[in-house]
Amino acid sequence: MLPCGRHHEIAYTAHMSHTRPDPDALLEKLQQEDARQQRGRLKIFFGSCAGVGKTFAMLTAAHARMQEGEDVLVGVIETHGRRDTESRLQGLPQLPLKSLIYRDKTLHEFDLDAALARRPGLLLVDELAHSNAEGSRHRKRWQDVEELCSAGIDVYTTLNVQHLESLNDVVGQITGIRVSETVPDKVFDLADEVTLVDLPPEELLQRLQEGKVYMSQQAERARRHFFRKGNLIALREMALRRTADRVDAQMREYRTDQSIQHVWQTHERILVGLGPGPEAEQLVRTAARLAISMKAEWLAAYVETPALQKLGHAERQAILDNLRLAQTLGATTTATLSGDEVSTVLLDYARSRNVSRLVVGKPRRPLLMRLFVPSVTDQLAKEATDIDLHVVVRQPKPRHKPAPQHSLQMAANAHLSGLKKRGYLWALAISAATSVIAGMLLQYFELSNVIMLYLLGVMLISIRYGRGPGILASILSVSAFDFFFVPPKLSFTVSDTQYLLTFGIMLSVALVISNLTSSLRYQAVIANYRERRSLALYEIGKELASTMTTQHIVEVSVHHIASLFQSRAAILLPDADDKLRAPEADAGHGHTLADVDLGIAQWTFDHQEHAGLGTNTLPSSPVLYVPLKAPMRTRGVLAIVPENRAAIFLPEQRQLLDTFAAQIALALERKHYVEVARDALISMESERLRNSLLSAISHDLRTPLTSLLGIADQLRQAPGMPADRHAQLETLYDQAFRMQQLVVNLLDMARLQAGSVQLNSQWQVLEEVLGSALRAMQPVSQQHHIEVTLPPDLPLLQFDAVLLERVFCNLLDNACKYSPPNTTIRISAQQHPGEVWITVADEGWGLPAGMETQIFQKFTRGQVESSQPGVGLGLSICKAIIQAHGGALWAEAQQPHGTRFIFSLPLGEPPAPPLAEETPA
Amino acid sequence: MSSTATIILIEDEVQIQRFVQAALEDAGFTVHSTPSGRQGVIDTGTRKPDAIILDLGLPDMDGIDVIRQIRSWSNVPMIVLSARTQEAQKVSALDAGADDYLTKPFGTAELLARIRAQLRRHSQTGNPTQESVFTMGDIRVDLVNRQVHRGDALVSLTPIEFRLLAALIRYAGRVVTQRQLLKEVWGPSHIESGHYVRIYMGHLRHKLEADPAQPRYLLTETGVGYRLLADGD
Repeated sequence: MLPCGRHHEIAYTAHMSHTRPDPDALLEKLQQEDARQQRGRLKIFFGSCAGVGKTFAMLTAAHARMQEGEDVLVGVIETHGRRDTESRLQGLPQLPLKSLIYRDKTLHEFDLDAALARRPGLLLVDELAHSNAEGSRHRKRWQDVEELCSAGIDVYTTLNVQHLESLNDVVGQITGIRVSETVPDKVFDLADEVTLVDLPPEELLQRLQEGKVYMSQQAERARRHFFRKGNLIALREMALRRTADRVDAQMREYRTDQSIQHVWQTHERILVGLGPGPEAEQLVRTAARLAISMKAEWLAAYVETPALQKLGHAERQAILDNLRLAQTLGATTTATLSGDEVSTVLLDYARSRNVSRLVVGKPRRPLLMRLFVPSVTDQLAKEATDIDLHVVVRQPKPRHKPAPQHSLQMAANAHLSGLKKRGYLWALAISAATSVIAGMLLQYFELSNVIMLYLLGVMLISIRYGRGPGILASILSVSAFDFFFVPPKLSFTVSDTQYLLTFGIMLSVALVISNLTSSLRYQAVIANYRERRSLALYEIGKELASTMTTQHIVEVSVHHIASLFQSRAAILLPDADDKLRAPEADAGHGHTLADVDLGIAQWTFDHQEHAGLGTNTLPSSPVLYVPLKAPMRTRGVLAIVPENRAAIFLPEQRQLLDTFAAQIALALERKHYVEVARDALISMESERLRNSLLSAISHDLRTPLTSLLGIADQLRQAPGMPADRHAQLETLYDQAFRMQQLVVNLLDMARLQAGSVQLNSQWQVLEEVLGSALRAMQPVSQQHHIEVTLPPDLPLLQFDAVLLERVFCNLLDNACKYSPPNTTIRISAQQHPGEVWITVADEGWGLPAGMETQIFQKFTRGQVESSQPGVGLGLSICKAIIQAHGGALWAEAQQPHGTRFIFSLPLGEPPAPPLAEETPA
Repeated sequence: MSSTATIILIEDEVQIQRFVQAALEDAGFTVHSTPSGRQGVIDTGTRKPDAIILDLGLPDMDGIDVIRQIRSWSNVPMIVLSARTQEAQKVSALDAGADDYLTKPFGTAELLARIRAQLRRHSQTGNPTQESVFTMGDIRVDLVNRQVHRGDALVSLTPIEFRLLAALIRYAGRVVTQRQLLKEVWGPSHIESGHYVRIYMGHLRHKLEADPAQPRYLLTETGVGYRLLADGD
């Protein structure tokens, strides 16, 4: 597997199987629609070639949108000096271009950051296939557009058919001109709208002649090369067909949506098997086209045999590029497999992935080989009994073939080449030594045994130094044997012709042995390398599993990555706001990454995509940024500065790096959840502690107060008490009672503050709770008239009756305290949309101006120095209780005098009332 | 009703125990105090008290368990003492078989009133001829003929309203939990429909009380249940 390049998968939610209304597909559809809701809409003005009027059409559409009141902004428009286009541009606000200095030249580029900051409703970005100048955030403009859409900005853009990735080679074959600027088909397929801008070839040529398409000096050259009528017709057909395909896909999608024609067809899955040759690119494109036409999911795999592992860097890079191309073209998985037999490995993989069709290239091999050794394709055809085989005829493009390099990778490489030089010398030495020994032994042994001695030497050389020295040793051995031992001695001439057969057999045996042993050596080196890889993974896994702190995880990871990839590495972690922090100076290793750009790292973190060195985003940066993606979310970013850039981009290394990143991410996530669990435990503990403290305090305060009050009450009621004693006892009782009220209030406040009050919310009748509050407050409110007005149709309300009674008691107490005796306290309720307002109004002295909100603060009282008892907790308790119920409490001045306290309670959906039964008893 | 009735006081706080005992003895009761729930259960068996006063927070066992144990073999009136914020505890005590509760702090008068009400009810249950007409103020409830008069006017009640009123009268003077009322009036399947009781209590108050918002007879013990307050209680 090569998960490194699955970048775009995230941006474009996988887009497959529109004909099958299975739940997954529907869910995906919903998710896509969700994503589209937030995403800006992308509209592509699509044309067969330059000059058909795409930009003009786009500008016209933009003018229309602007007249509708849309906030239109021109991001970048290429007018190519066309006059009518320029005139159409008038009146549209334009975003200034960004100036970039690249190799002493000033380039003007579309300013992505300015556009994101400006956030227009609709942005015009011409030429979707444009490649950005070096130093821009993205390599390609379509990536800019992608980011704009993700940010919720609508984008209009233009695109020519030859820039579509999958059609790129076909167009190249027709027109003879390959364009290097391509746009993945997914961008086109997932665009919200595609408008085909069509112009018949005759008219286009006419326009070209009139100089409307290119400025005159370019016109002639362009016409000769590209604007041939045959080309134009073909391009137009392709554009029309591609648009028609899209419409067709939309139609099918619609039918799936509407569940018209449920066709439960088996899901096609295509696997393309890639080889090392230059034809692989074409193979990928063919498979992509096949997959699109069949609406199938497709995978690409490259099988690496021991022989293929000896390929040079450039070829390996080409394979990697082709696998990447496959991803860009929509392959869901790309895999690098390894094994001895390509056909077996490929078929096994195909079966494990439920592949229904296998696409391979037609081999081009010399006639002789074809006769004796069956090709991979032949073997596949023989073995693939259950999988359809598509053999694609290859049209290799002339390509500079790099000189074959005998290099495996990294250590294996250097190791072997060093050995080889010495090997040739040893071949010489062993051959000479064998000749001397054989010369000495000849008097005792037969000539045939001398041959054996030489063979032994060849074998030893092959085992130790590989094929080259082995071959040299066998040739030297045969020559030496001939020269020294075969009569006539000390001459290469041979008297007995049967020795020629001896030479031949000796040479072939020597060659076979040297070949066998050297291939064994390669296998051993590869196995060794693989083992090192798994050992490295095992070790980092083991160490990460035992890490307890984030710091430790970072240290372990950086250490392993630094040694295994010969790189400097750093891990950037996000803070609570998901902003990455610069890595702390690493004391243990003594180096930090000075060149880490936090901006790029943040981008990597936010977009969960690779960025920097060798990727599609800011490739000119010296640092590679790898997102640490864990199952739940991205946990950070790994920044790497490789010493040897090539080493990190070998397929195996990339795969290993990605596996490492996944391991680190998992470790970070595990650590995160350990912390979450610990925090929860701590808060539970402190909650428990607070609660037990509160109940202990309340018990210790309440018990003495209860006895105090009880005894005072008992004494004051005792008969035969002198009047002055009785008055003292009354005071004692009153003070104890007030003390008790205060304790109750303080404890209530503490409880509410601690958030430990569990609402026992039930559907209640307001009148009932008010009734019990009034009864409880009777001793206090005796000197006031209380008037209650509740609407008869007041619905049930959901609240905690005990707490609400407390609110009423406190408000009544307050009203009684701050209004003169014999005035009226009015309690009423009104129904408002969504809530009920309950008012307690007195005819008292009213609140001092400006105190309307302050009175709800703890320990605040209307009058600072007042004869009224209380410390001002009542109202803040009321406020806390009402807020816990989702309501609000406020105070207003009452006309002509007095205060009105109003609190609101939300109306809910009351439960079903009991069944009506109206038969009187 | 004799004032020489015996009362067992199960209370672990010495100060409270002392003043309650003093208040009760002043009123002429014989009081046995114990700080332990276990001892309280044993005393109840040996001393055959006329009433029990029980603090729910005991050191040796849960007050609710004390109630369950005693209630399993005796129907002696039990009054529990509980803190203000522990409504749920009161409800479980009542549902477990306690007859009434007092919220700390409480006054002597309140305590004595509750005990007398319990003793009176208890002596009545021994007497099978329960009065067929119940009066509170100007309201007259004829339990046999299922008729309710307020002053001279006949008040028309629905069958459920009447059943609810009758249930409250059965427990007159005592607190009844919402659960008990639901079970008795609507049946065991409606135990969770608490709002039924509230709605019907509202109906009853509107039909029987002069000011339904400030009821005289059909009182709500918020968070616990209801109490029908007849004359003399």
